[in-house]
Amino acid sequence: MKASSPYLQDFTRGIVKENPVFVALLGMCPTLGVTAFIVNGVGMGLAAAAVLIASNLVISLLRNYIPSQVRIPCFIVIIATFVTIIEMVLQAFQPVLYEALGVFVPLIVVNCIILGRAEAFASKRPVLRSLLDGIGMGIGFTLALLILSAVREILGHGTILGPDPESAIHLFGANFEPMALFAQPPGAFIALGLLLAIVNLLFKRFNIK
Amino acid sequence: MEKLLSIIFIYIFVENFVLQRFFGICPFLGVSRKMETAIGMSMAVVFVMTMATLVTWLLYTFVLVPFNLTYLQIVTFILVIASLVQLVEIVLRKISPTLYQGLGIFLPLITTNCAVMAVALLAVRQEFSFLESVVFAIAASIGFSLALIIMAGIRERLELAEMPDVLQGSAVTLITAGILSLAFLGFKGMLTL
Repeated sequence: MKASSPYLQDFTRGIVKENPVFVALLGMCPTLGVTAFIVNGVGMGLAAAAVLIASNLVISLLRNYIPSQVRIPCFIVIIATFVTIIEMVLQAFQPVLYEALGVFVPLIVVNCIILGRAEAFASKRPVLRSLLDGIGMGIGFTLALLILSAVREILGHGTILGPDPESAIHLFGANFEPMALFAQPPGAFIALGLLLAIVNLLFKRFNIK
Repeated sequence: MEKLLSIIFIYIFVENFVLQRFFGICPFLGVSRKMETAIGMSMAVVFVMTMATLVTWLLYTFVLVPFNLTYLQIVTFILVIASLVQLVEIVLRKISPTLYQGLGIFLPLITTNCAVMAVALLAVRQEFSFLESVVFAIAASIGFSLALIIMAGIRERLELAEMPDVLQGSAVTLITAGILSLAFLGFKGMLTL
């Protein structure tokens, strides 16, 4: 994968080559915690992506004004502000999702991906590049959660688009006995472990590094 | 008293913070390679988690709620935790250099340990009293330490095991954690609050 311009590289880096979940192993808590259903996983991914994009943008805009000794507290306050906004938005417009995600919504603030990108990228780069980096990383995170939650929901519940019975589509008919393990906490660890092994295998096969 | 005892049992075994609730996975994967570092990290977490919950609970109950500022909860809690970690680091360096040597490198890592933030948030969300919150924090951090130390023991042995190289590193660690979590699933439903 040879991207010519640095802008395109900034954008695509987070999606595959430096995927925050599968390659960098960051943001593991929400990755494992909310992926029993696709709806929750993608909702979490989008919420974190929104915070990441907004905080990358603001931190990059302020990068020349934040003194380097107190940069971490500054980043944390900026991130916490956006998390509060997202929490209020979810609570107002998506109450079901908000309930399902529970304490993981305020915990976006300690998601290492966001602070990591702020420290390693947005605090040193111009605005447009930081924005593209945020969007790419956000897509990468959401994609990873989508894959993991799809595996867990299809195997653990035999549905997609659950848990709401009205929208849930049963993939295997009424007699299907789901592997309840994948809906439970141990299944999250095992599914992610196996996915990581598959990603390692694919990276090796296609020489991505 | 009965409630305190059940909080202790529930948050060490039934709702183990790492293996059942998925809080603090990053340090769980990051510092479980050696037993020595795992023990150091555990001690630092027990200390900071208890302190953080104590301070955030008081702040929430006596400042945020009376002044109707609960929407500032996230900002306040994360700032309290971050500054507390700094404070603990400074105090430890002065009072007990030996302990500082042991815990020193782990303290900055704790700021982004979501288990600390989670325990502070959950104590408030579940409307625990002051004493219950402190006991909850101690139990949760012991649960965290238990998982971390068991994992370190397993990983020290796993180092020498032969396995396909795509599984090496984090993949096999996660699968091991899954099996460990399966064992803890056995406690499920034994006690509820």
